[in-house]
Amino acid sequence: MRYLFFLYRNLARKKLRTILTLFSIVTAFTIFGTLGSFNAVLNAGVELAGADRLVSVNKISFIQPMPYAYYQKVSAVEGVRRVTHANWFGGYFQDPRQVIPVFAVDGESYLDVYPEIVLDPEQKKVWLADRRGVIVGKKLADLYGWKPGDAVPLKSNIFKKAGGGAGWDFRLDGIFTGADPGFDTRFALFHYAYFNESLGSGRNNYIGWLITSVDDPAHSDVVAQRIDAMFANSPFETKTSSEEAFNKAFIAQIGDIGLIITAVVGAAFFTILLVAANTMALAIRERTREIAVMKTLGFPSPLMFRLVIMESLTMTLVGGALGLGLSWLAIAALTSALGGLLPNLSMPPEIVAGALGLMVALGLLAGILPAWQALRLNVVTALQRN
Amino acid sequence: MSDSPLIRLEDVSKSYAKGKIPITIFEHLDMAIKAGDFVAIMGPSGSGKTTLLNLLGGVDRPSSGQYYFAGEAIEALSEGQLSRWRADNVGFVFQHYNLMPMLSAARNVELPLLLTPLGRKGRRENVKTVLEIVGLADRASHKPAELSGGQQQRTAIARAIVADPRLLLCDEPTGDLDRETADEILATLKMLNRDFGKTVVMVTHDPEAAAYANHTLILDKGRFGGEAAA
Repeated sequence: MRYLFFLYRNLARKKLRTILTLFSIVTAFTIFGTLGSFNAVLNAGVELAGADRLVSVNKISFIQPMPYAYYQKVSAVEGVRRVTHANWFGGYFQDPRQVIPVFAVDGESYLDVYPEIVLDPEQKKVWLADRRGVIVGKKLADLYGWKPGDAVPLKSNIFKKAGGGAGWDFRLDGIFTGADPGFDTRFALFHYAYFNESLGSGRNNYIGWLITSVDDPAHSDVVAQRIDAMFANSPFETKTSSEEAFNKAFIAQIGDIGLIITAVVGAAFFTILLVAANTMALAIRERTREIAVMKTLGFPSPLMFRLVIMESLTMTLVGGALGLGLSWLAIAALTSALGGLLPNLSMPPEIVAGALGLMVALGLLAGILPAWQALRLNVVTALQRN
Repeated sequence: MSDSPLIRLEDVSKSYAKGKIPITIFEHLDMAIKAGDFVAIMGPSGSGKTTLLNLLGGVDRPSSGQYYFAGEAIEALSEGQLSRWRADNVGFVFQHYNLMPMLSAARNVELPLLLTPLGRKGRRENVKTVLEIVGLADRASHKPAELSGGQQQRTAIARAIVADPRLLLCDEPTGDLDRETADEILATLKMLNRDFGKTVVMVTHDPEAAAYANHTLILDKGRFGGEAAA
């Protein structure tokens, strides 16, 4: 603590240079925090995917439907414990920007295949008996202030009722939570039966995808092959993969985000490392005589080493913290701008921890060479040179 | 002044290697300075005055021979011990002041106290006291660039004495100053020697500066050529 004023004065002696160096560090950590958070939210589904679940989609594309009859057929495949199905509804609440992930599902089998969806048994009973009932996750209910019994009018930007009505009226029967704290509950489920009958003939009796829970996760590959073999050479061939692989494939539809993030952040960090290291080295070269004088006064070499490293770390920690702060603000603004498109977008603790680690690493890397020079500086030579 | 020598050099030699050529600065030097003495060292350029001062201050080591400070063999100390020894026993005054340009006079003076266990309040009190001794109490918040040469050198003297060392080593302390200011600085050094019992060793080219000392040693071609009484 007694050296704080010394650190501050050293950093403040060339204000423009310090500000420019800080600016580049702030920029890097703003990029890191924002893109890292995007990456984390997009991969959240992948990390929470069940090991014992398979997802079957239309082989042409996962947005192409499949006949409802597949649901019954897959149930009979050897090694299958339970099958359920889902359709993407494309829902929003009041304003198209308030997107809500809504799925039309077979309630009983869906809750069985997804035990991580925790619903009060009484509410479950009410919902399964209520054809127009909907259940929503707690985060979503909190967001809009919904309570069981509320009327929830939703609209879809894909499906309209056979009669031409755009609105779909639901009654909120239950609010579910997640068995895992990381489970994102910002979605809603309603009955496929209501969905199917509302679409009318010609558009009904199709499902979006099948989710299969297998008896033994070790046999997942074999069960997946059996399912696909069953529908081979049909008008609706299937492609079955593990839920994790399916989620990854979904993310791949919008580009290899991980690669982009790694490349951008990596390039930014490398540049900043050079800038910061150069700045620190320059600052120490300018202060060779001062370091020599301090050592003459009795400041031991290891202390001088630590002071230089502390100066470097101060720069990267202050710049990094400011960058993460800006990133946090940017994420809040993006979440608002995107409506419900990425409802779980926030800065996870692992990104903050990773950023802290990088700040320390950057500070040490940038400071180590000048600090070593300060440690090894020969006082007599340095005083004579000047 | 005490009769026991504070500084004793016995058969000290110093040489450097410039490439493959060895350069001898001085050989078989013997010297004793009593505690509380004020000694000026004069001699032509290149005679080894500053090197001798560096040896006495423990920033350089003899190539051979022994250096005793208050009976303690200094050349036997490790680098870390030597740093500690300098902080505890030696105050340095340089020709070009060597103040930290980004720090105020008070903060410059405070630097050696950062190496002591003194708390902030104690450090401030000590700084205030020594700035009053050198007559700079009203310039405490000024940075070096806002001070005259004489004021900067007085700040450097305050820094040199703030940790209460026994030995003050001054390397051409008036070399950059006009006569009047130089006399003020020399009077301050004399006062520190006389009133506070500091042992002062001063390297100078200036006979008028040397006149402030109790003794003047002439160093020429690596040897003491004689002593001129003040």
